[in-house]
Amino acid sequence: MLRSSQPLTGPNRRRCREDELLLATVLDEDERGFIIDTRSAQAAKQARMSGGGTESKSFYPQWRRLHRPLERGRPLQESFIKLVEACNDSSISMDRWLSRLDGSRWLSHVKAALSTACLAAQCLDREKASVLVHGAEGTDTTLLVTALAQLILDPSCRTLLGFQGLLQREWIEAGHPFHLRCARSAYSHARLKQEAPLFLLFLDCVWQLSRQFPFSLEFSEQLLLTLFDSAYASAYGTFLCNSEKERCLCKVKESTHSLWAWLNQPGEKKKYLNPLYTHNPLVIWPSVEPQSIQLWQGLFFRWIRSSQYLDEAWAEIQHLVESS
Amino acid sequence: VENVRLLDRLSSRKSALGTLYLTATHVIFVENDSETHKETWILHSQISSIEKQATTATGCPLLIRCKNFQVIQLVIPQERDCHDVYISLIRLARPVKYEELYCFSFNPKLDKEEREQGWKLVDLNKEYNRMGIPNNYWQISDVNRDYGVCDSYPTEVYVPKSATAHIIVGSSKFRSRRRFPALSYYCKDNNASICRSSQPLSGFSARCLEDEQMLQAIRKANPGSDFIYVVDTRPKLNAMANRAAGKGYENEDNYSNIKFQFIGIENIHVMRNSLQKMLEVCELKSPSMSDFLWGLENSGWLKHIKAIMDAGIFIAKAVAEEGVSVLVHCSDGWDRTAQVCSVASLLLDPHYRTMKGFMVLIEKDWVSFGHKFNHRYGNLDGDPKEISPVIDQFIECVWQLMEQFPCAFEFNERFLIHIQHHIYSCQFGNFLCNSQKERRELRVQERTYSLWAHLWKNRADYLNPLYRAEQSQTQGTLHPQMASCNFLYKFWSGMYNRFEKGLHPRQSVTDYLMAVKEESQQLEEELEVLGERLANLQKSQLNDSKVKSKQQDRSKQLGLSTSNNSLANTPQEYSNDLKSFPSRSPSQGDEEDSALILTQDNLKSSDPDLSANSDQESGVEDLSCRSPSGGGCLPSEDSGKDSDEAVFLAV
Repeated sequence: MLRSSQPLTGPNRRRCREDELLLATVLDEDERGFIIDTRSAQAAKQARMSGGGTESKSFYPQWRRLHRPLERGRPLQESFIKLVEACNDSSISMDRWLSRLDGSRWLSHVKAALSTACLAAQCLDREKASVLVHGAEGTDTTLLVTALAQLILDPSCRTLLGFQGLLQREWIEAGHPFHLRCARSAYSHARLKQEAPLFLLFLDCVWQLSRQFPFSLEFSEQLLLTLFDSAYASAYGTFLCNSEKERCLCKVKESTHSLWAWLNQPGEKKKYLNPLYTHNPLVIWPSVEPQSIQLWQGLFFRWIRSSQYLDEAWAEIQHLVESS
Repeated sequence: VENVRLLDRLSSRKSALGTLYLTATHVIFVENDSETHKETWILHSQISSIEKQATTATGCPLLIRCKNFQVIQLVIPQERDCHDVYISLIRLARPVKYEELYCFSFNPKLDKEEREQGWKLVDLNKEYNRMGIPNNYWQISDVNRDYGVCDSYPTEVYVPKSATAHIIVGSSKFRSRRRFPALSYYCKDNNASICRSSQPLSGFSARCLEDEQMLQAIRKANPGSDFIYVVDTRPKLNAMANRAAGKGYENEDNYSNIKFQFIGIENIHVMRNSLQKMLEVCELKSPSMSDFLWGLENSGWLKHIKAIMDAGIFIAKAVAEEGVSVLVHCSDGWDRTAQVCSVASLLLDPHYRTMKGFMVLIEKDWVSFGHKFNHRYGNLDGDPKEISPVIDQFIECVWQLMEQFPCAFEFNERFLIHIQHHIYSCQFGNFLCNSQKERRELRVQERTYSLWAHLWKNRADYLNPLYRAEQSQTQGTLHPQMASCNFLYKFWSGMYNRFEKGLHPRQSVTDYLMAVKEESQQLEEELEVLGERLANLQKSQLNDSKVKSKQQDRSKQLGLSTSNNSLANTPQEYSNDLKSFPSRSPSQGDEEDSALILTQDNLKSSDPDLSANSDQESGVEDLSCRSPSGGGCLPSEDSGKDSDEAVFLAV
């Protein structure tokens, strides 16, 4: 599985031999590959006007392009804000709650993200074909897809350490602009142009996986909540800046501590482990039917309703498993 | 009929070819696949509707919808055969006499005494005794001993001490269907009670002294409060409309010291339509998130569930926090009243959250108080307008509570699903007819078997591993945060999409934890036994006792849920785009995994009653994860008897 940003085809349908060669080296002569473009066909076409574009079939004959539009940017932030508003609105009657929930479109985005990741995973696992994923910049929806696909396919990404490695590789080092994306969150009135909850969407999808495969992830919901918090504000430097380059310039490694180092301490680590975990070597294919996708109560109602009874249940699970 | 296809709802590619059989009690589809011969059994009683669809090139589709929400789509090659099957099923699914029902031919091979014992498992007299009755305030009355006062009530009713037979009879004449106020639940801590009845025949201005006295008697039976609540579970408009028909509700002016309250739960017709709409949403092919959420909201189903729950919460609060007694009624006092009283009881009393207690609750508020099982769930062919998912809603309220309070119930989701299943299956006699009187006339207890005994025998399947009697969740009253929280109500896909295996987590956490728990308990017992043996050995002064510790690989023992096979699942159809590309995966791919899913049927997560011959026990004994850890795990005890070695298990 490869990732990139969009080819700079432009309105004049430029070519780049080196780019074509690079992609050609990935495939054998008779092999085919898939390109998953996270923009709609129309948006991708329009991108040409501003210098971007898509891989044309004539220049990349071995690659078949599939479009799977995933929401990003301002509309995704609006979706997030609407959802949080709906969750906090105690005046909504039961008649209206579901349509408010749907109006935010958040769960639709979760469904779309999971479906696309599954598609990528299917290409690799079922079709045994290589996949190239990109959107426009290659820093948002692209990473969402590649990271989720790896969780689905690769059991080593589902361990506590493996997951951290996945985040480090597919989100942090791949250049997701955390500083811009995770700035003010849902309550702020300042609608920043670059703010968008892609990382939260990713964590939500991971939570969906953990619900559907309760034994297959080594880490617990608590880890996901901690990561969500840390992306916005943290005592650690792991999620700072927008790229490795910026982190280097700001001397992050020299002047801050790593979140991973702290999380992995034996005392801390316990909180983030899933007591039900057993190594599952197989691919985990989630159901993306609407009934299977639920609202992540642990996050969205975190401060609205008490989790006392659910915490007790988890403590009991821990107890049962430990005493066996 | 041969060469019939059974289609899979989610994946139109997957279909199974087999033979369709019609018997006196079941429809059976047997797959041709020589390896599995998988059978799908459907009881005629479960069939809700049959639809013959337009003939296509492949044959005649027949859609069977069941009361337990299973939807079967068959394609029968010949139109004539399809028509025959259709006509036969229509007749078979609409029995005219009780004797046609499965419970009268079902034979679990128990003798007469065992059958009797089964019926005695749930004893309502014992239950009222447990509540603390009879006492200074409440007593049992035999005024209805021959069903002379009210034919839909039981022979034994519990009434306030100060309610004489005269008052009871007088009150019954002023109540719809003669269903006078009687005790449902008594809280001995503060003497508050929940009573139930039907609506008064008050019209616009009628009064009845005895009925007023009856309510006073209820109030007097609770010295801690100077008023009672009267809760009408209907929407105000409906109740007022009833007045025009000479019925209605209690006027606060006429009844001294009552506080009247409408709670607004819709009637059986609204509920029937609501379920219908929700099932239509469930049948959508590849719905978007919006389709689903809009469809669900449009059905109003969760709104109704919440309304029932809110009513139960109101009543539980009145009893537990205010110490005020409540009289609940709707129109006839056998639908909404039953729902609301049983939810309130469940919230108030932890006993009803145990398995036995839950059975007792259903016997008390549903069976004995004359909920019209036959009319509501269509045991016999009857008026379709009487059909309504009343008890289904109650069962769902319990599930919603279980999701909120995972440690508070002794039983698990499967228990609820199986109870619902059997309310419609008529395999057991508990839920026949419309009243205790009818059941006795039919001699149900002599001619059929009790569901409760069957469930109790298999109770290991129904336990909640997280239940601990001493935990905070299980003490006393449950305080759901649900009164204001819409979002806490979830769609119950375990019930409404029960048979769509692709939708559910492949591994059951409940089953795994139960296996873990059992394992731990067994090991603890063995540890005790070995500890004693060690003490004995030490006493006989052995010098060189070698201690062998065996490291057990827990995950290996708890085999089924962690073994590879049960984890294998197939991707659903995420995209059609891949089809045109040559597939490089082994052509076996999908089929292999599907076969794994089908044959790997973890018997607990599937329903033994459906896929196996119903005459058998619901077989769970053969699951490796439930078998006692023996053989390879422990050294053989006999060989250790005379040896020098004291053997320990590593904990």
